This record gives sequence, structure tokens and C-alpha cells, in this order.
Amino acid sequence: MAAPVDVHAEVLANTRLSADYNVLVLAAPAIAGTARAGQFVMIRTADGTDPLLRRPFSVFEVLRRADATPYAISILCKRVGVGTSRLFEAAAGDRLDCLGPLGKPFTTVGPPSEAWMVAGGVGLAPFATLADELRSAGTRIRLFYGGRSHTDLFYLEWFESRGVALELATEDGSRGSHGRVTVPLERALSAQPASAGLTLYACGPEPMLKAVADLARRYGRPSQLSTERIMGCGMGGCYSCVVRVRDDEGRAHFVRSCLNGPVFNGDDVVWE
Amino acid sequence: MKADLSVRIGSLVLKNPIIPASGCFGYGLEYAEVVDLASLGAIAVKGLFLTEREGHPPPRIVETPSGMLNAIGLQGIGVHRFVREKMPELRRLGAVVIVNICGSAISEYVELARILSDVEGVAALELNISCPNIKEGGIQFGCDLASTAAVVSAVRKVTRLPVIPKLTPNVTSVSSFAKAAEEAGADAVSLVNTFLAMAIDVETRRPRLSNVMGGLSGPAIRPIAVRMVYDCARAVRIPVIGMGGITSARDALEFMIAGATAVQVGTACFVDPFIWTKLLAGIEDYLERHGIERVADVVGTLQTDRA
Repeated sequence: MAAPVDVHAEVLANTRLSADYNVLVLAAPAIAGTARAGQFVMIRTADGTDPLLRRPFSVFEVLRRADATPYAISILCKRVGVGTSRLFEAAAGDRLDCLGPLGKPFTTVGPPSEAWMVAGGVGLAPFATLADELRSAGTRIRLFYGGRSHTDLFYLEWFESRGVALELATEDGSRGSHGRVTVPLERALSAQPASAGLTLYACGPEPMLKAVADLARRYGRPSQLSTERIMGCGMGGCYSCVVRVRDDEGRAHFVRSCLNGPVFNGDDVVWE
Repeated sequence: MKADLSVRIGSLVLKNPIIPASGCFGYGLEYAEVVDLASLGAIAVKGLFLTEREGHPPPRIVETPSGMLNAIGLQGIGVHRFVREKMPELRRLGAVVIVNICGSAISEYVELARILSDVEGVAALELNISCPNIKEGGIQFGCDLASTAAVVSAVRKVTRLPVIPKLTPNVTSVSSFAKAAEEAGADAVSLVNTFLAMAIDVETRRPRLSNVMGGLSGPAIRPIAVRMVYDCARAVRIPVIGMGGITSARDALEFMIAGATAVQVGTACFVDPFIWTKLLAGIEDYLERHGIERVADVVGTLQTDRA
């Protein structure tokens, strides 16, 4: 894995997707050139000391020039607190300190195996890069994507234009299946022949990750989960972002998601 | 001519006064890709018990204005794994390693000191008698003068390594603890560990840390830490290693002028893992601007009109 760099990155675009979601494009060739799907960056939201700590974001998309040279990354951002509100307000031309790429990426599968991505809300965050990596391997991709309402679902055309089959679900029934995204996921899993190779990739709220891990186990499929934790440093220094996992001998213990993750094998995670 | 950045902590000569603080730099190797560990004065590695510890459940940190609270609970791999798995690489990289040791009984500190005294590359022992996040050890020794003296003198008897108790600010008079440590044979003292503090989510009326309380660090504590370092440096003859909210060379120099021989930097390296070269360059620049040849000459040079 490439060593992380700290880039004073220019904001190339800030696109508001809805009242609380935006996509920031950051000029960061040194990060874009090495980042893999599932890795993340730590972004400083203020020049001073309040807020003090950086915020972690998955690399959403790696943007390339016409000659395929990577020049920027984008991040999908949900406005939650002070730090993310600053990012929501960022304007093109602003500069943000962006440290990365960090963490262990997804392991991609190639054909004939299929890749099924499962996203809940802002959990879509690592899946544009993953879709690009899978697509370049020629892997068939389905995206199961859930939100509270149709206004929580973004980038549908982007994924469709790349040949990703979409299965949508909303809790209010305003788009796709009515209810949680794991409902159409289970339906599809039960319809899939056991002999067909298939890997599940999931990112979203913890109950959704647990449900996906359970379904994967029940249907005998491998799963890779991108976990979200409060992170202080992203480098392994602070020990704040721990996830409980089982080791080879079956013992459960805390590991740092910034170093051992953020992507974990679904069978290894021990749910609290 | 380049200024002389070396400083002396007991028998230990550091090439410069900048030390990543224990608990904020893992075992050092986590940062080896972004900083040359040999370029630092020393590194203070994460606190070690004799055995592995799991630490507290998350959430383990929460941000506060210009600071953060942590209640990690000293998760760690234990001294034996550290010696086996981490020290060979730290030696190879040329790091000057200060090992922070923790125990729930004096006998554990003594055992840790015995084990580490024979390990090549261990340069000093920092006694963690000040972690506010664990019930059974650490701070119980740091909040009682007799216990502080007892743990320091017990460790002093079994090692030739410099012994540096790390003091808590959660007492009425830190300088009396520095004095007790000095009289018990400490080679230096380091301060301050974090301030016991808490934060509450008013919507849920629940504490924001799983452990309810945690330790406050970051720029928010710096003026209090500077005062405590100043008090201690005037109270003892042994070197004081100062820390608490340092984010720049200017902050580091503030501690040194107050009387710190060296400084540790913790929370700031979470924000900027590349901070070390900036700190060293800033100190060199300061020395050049003021025509000072040795950084040691800055130590304890506060000018006041009061005695």
C-alpha cells in the first residue's frame, strides 16, 4: 500500500445533492493515483483548533483526465455536525488538508463471480470506486441501495450508465421496495443458484451491516463490510476507532478499524 | 552554524527536545511511513502492562472546543509481545524508545522495569501513574504522595535506565508530586497527563464516552499545563518534560521557557502526522532569530518582574 500523503487540496466542485448531502471534488493527484476502493482520507475542516480533529471519508470516486491520469478524488458527505457542516459550505477554490489514502481496501472479485454492493444512505460512499474497479475486471455488479426516502438515493444514473443493476428500497416506499434494503437482497440471494460465485460488499448503518453479514452467512456467501467508526487520527495512533473481531483461534478482541479495516470480513466481526 | 538542539534527561542525551507522547503515537511503527523515527529526540510508546489489555468499548473519544476527551482504557499488547514484535523494528529504525509502563501494583511496575532494563534499545522508562481512564492502576499511584514515592523508589532500585514518572494534573499541587518523585530517585518528571473531564449528549442525557469520564487533551489545556510545568520546574532540580496541547514550535518553546527541558506532543499529531519536521524547523528558526546557539539555553528563561 502506498504511504499516505497530506495534500493541501483545492476544492474543484461542491455539488449539493439534497438538504444534507453533498459531493466534494478535491484536486489530489497524489492520493487519486494510489487510492483503492474502500480506502479513506482524513480531512481537516477548519484552519484553527475548533473543530480540532480531522474527519474520515471514504474515497467515493477517483476522477481521471481524458488520458486516464487520476487527478482528483470525490467524497460523499452527509451533514451531521460542525465539521461536516463546514464541508457542506466549502466553495470551489477553497483548500482543505486531506490525508490519505488510508486503511485496507476491498478485495475485488473477477468473473465469473458477481459482486453485489449493499449501501444504506451515506453508505454509498465507497462504492463508486469499487464499481469502477470491478467493472475494469469485467465483473457483473448489482447495487442494493436503501434510504429513508427517495431523496436519500443519489447517483443512480451514474451507476446505471456503468452497467450496474440497481435494486432500490426506501423505508417510506417512495422508490423501489417498501422497507429495508435487506429485503430485496434476501429475495435475490434466495433466487441465486448456490453454484454461482458471488461476493457481498456492504457499507451503511451498523444494523444493516449485521443483517448483511447474517444473510451472507446463511446463504454461504463471503461478505466484506466497510465499517464506520469515530476516528481521531486515521493512522493507528489514538486507538479510538476499534471494531471487535474474532481472530483465527476464535478469540474476540478490539482492533483498530483505521489499520485493520475499515473493510472487514463479515464473518470476523463480533457485533456488540 | 546550525543550532545545537540536543538536551539531556538524566544520563540520556536526546538529539532534540521533541518527543511524541505516549498513547498518541501507537508503538511508533504506525507512523514510520510518514516520519523518520530516528529524527525525533525520542518516542514515548503506548503504555504497557505486563499482559495484553482490551481497553474500553467505543465510543472512546469525543471532541470538545479545541480539545478532545479520551477513554481508551490503555488497550495494549503487553510487554512481552512489545519486546518480541515491536522492539526489533524500532531498533532497526534507530528510534530512541521511552517505554511507558503501567501497573495495578508496585510489583508490576518493578517486574516491567526488570524486563525492559535488559532490552537493547530501551532508553528510558516513563511510569504511568496518571492515566485517568482505568480504575485499577495508574492514577491511584499518582494522586497520593506516598504512593508516588513508593513506586518511583521501587523501580529505581531495579533499573539503571532513566526513570520518568508521568504526573497527573488532577491533584491540588503537582509540584509537591514532582518533589516527591525527585526525592524518591526519579531522573526526570513528565507532565501533564490528561485532565479528568466529561461530556454529555443533552438530547439523550447520556455520557458521550462509554466510560462516562475521560481525559481532556489538546490546545484547550495548554495554559494550565504551562503553569504546572512552570511550578514543577521551580520546585525540582531534575529535568521536567512538558506537554499539554502543543501544536506548534511556538507552543513547544513556551513550555521550554517555562522550564521544560524537552516536550511531548500528543493530540496535535492526530491532526497532523507530519508535524515533527515543522516543530523542529520552527525551533531552529527561533534560535537563529534570537541568536541562541543551544536550545538547552532556552530552558527556564522566563523573565518576570516577580520573584
